[in-house]
Amino acid sequence: MSSKGDTSVPLLEGRDLGKAYGRAHGRTEALRGASLRLDAGEILAVTGTSGSGKSTLLHCLAGIVRPDTGAVSYRGERLDQLPEKRLSELRRTEFGVVFQFGQLIPELTALDNVALPLLLAGVSRAQAHTRAGEWLERFGVRGQSELRPGEMSGGQAQRTALARALVTGPKAVFADEPTGALDSLASEQVMTALVHTARESGTAILLVTHDTQVAAYADRELRMADGAVAGAEVTA
Amino acid sequence: MSTRHILLGLLAGGPSHGYDLKRRHDDRFPQARPLAYGQVYTTLQRLVRDGLAEVDGTDSDGGPERTKYRATDEGARELAEWARQIAPPAPFVANEIFAKVVVSILAGGDPDAYLRAQRAAHMARMRELTAVKTAPGADLATVLSADYALNHLDADLRWMTTTAARLTTLTAEVDSA
Repeated sequence: MSSKGDTSVPLLEGRDLGKAYGRAHGRTEALRGASLRLDAGEILAVTGTSGSGKSTLLHCLAGIVRPDTGAVSYRGERLDQLPEKRLSELRRTEFGVVFQFGQLIPELTALDNVALPLLLAGVSRAQAHTRAGEWLERFGVRGQSELRPGEMSGGQAQRTALARALVTGPKAVFADEPTGALDSLASEQVMTALVHTARESGTAILLVTHDTQVAAYADRELRMADGAVAGAEVTA
Repeated sequence: MSTRHILLGLLAGGPSHGYDLKRRHDDRFPQARPLAYGQVYTTLQRLVRDGLAEVDGTDSDGGPERTKYRATDEGARELAEWARQIAPPAPFVANEIFAKVVVSILAGGDPDAYLRAQRAAHMARMRELTAVKTAPGADLATVLSADYALNHLDADLRWMTTTAARLTTLTAEVDSA
């Protein structure tokens, strides 16, 4: 786990990140000098009230938006300076992303949704389906393989989205309020499945949540306030 | 928690001796403080004295002789009555965290730093409880007990977050009083 003064290269690091949206009038500074590091295999919760900048921080670290100022490094490589093509390849092969609503493709079955990232990466259809089935099994939704997202419960859909995020064997998964739309039991099932699977595969997770019971699944917590990290809590 | 009613509840399933009651209590309420043998036997004797339980003979199982107890009809009625009673919701909790925040303001301390440290301690305990309840093979009694603790710690945390956001106003109010 990370600790202050650790000199090893982190999996992912954001330094003094700044990001503003809008023009001169009504300009919102979402990030104001936020810094964090995520080590390989670590599960880090980023918490804070609405508007504290936690989702913008996730987007910057995942290479979805570029910060205005500061640096994002992935295994020592400057992510914020990469050309779009390389960044997009990195996102596809090294990162997995899950949002509050799973963003599954409604026309596709659960199996096809999970197989999709593999097909995009050039894996054969048969092999992609086999691997997708295995990941649905790990998340306890193998029985829903042939269902479309609209035919599943919220918890099942979200577990399918997690299977899709992990099917390519990413080094880091970015989860933005992954249980935000679920009741507490479904939330528990989703978080237990995510954490167990990530621990098994050594995947790091950056978990953005406003829910402290969800944050308690992580190894440590970073609190955000007004676009910066308010309190770093280092835990064994 | 009322030990006598918990023991009556455990006796509702059939006659049992003190050692077995202690073991079942500790299994069923894994997060509670384990019952001391002395407490079990004293409570059983009081239940007998009050007509809520009675001796149901002895067994030895090859070891020392052990007295078995069973609940009486009166005991069953008492248990049903207790189980029906609503626990009083605590409207104003005499809360140590709240007291420390106010005292810290009065004494010119740093209540914000205190709240941050308290939050870290709460989160650490919540992580432990989450690990306990999600461990493979955790039984339902353990899960429910951890859930109960987690929800109460979560409520504390929400209160601490709101309080931290209100510290400026609270400080002005305490200072002017």
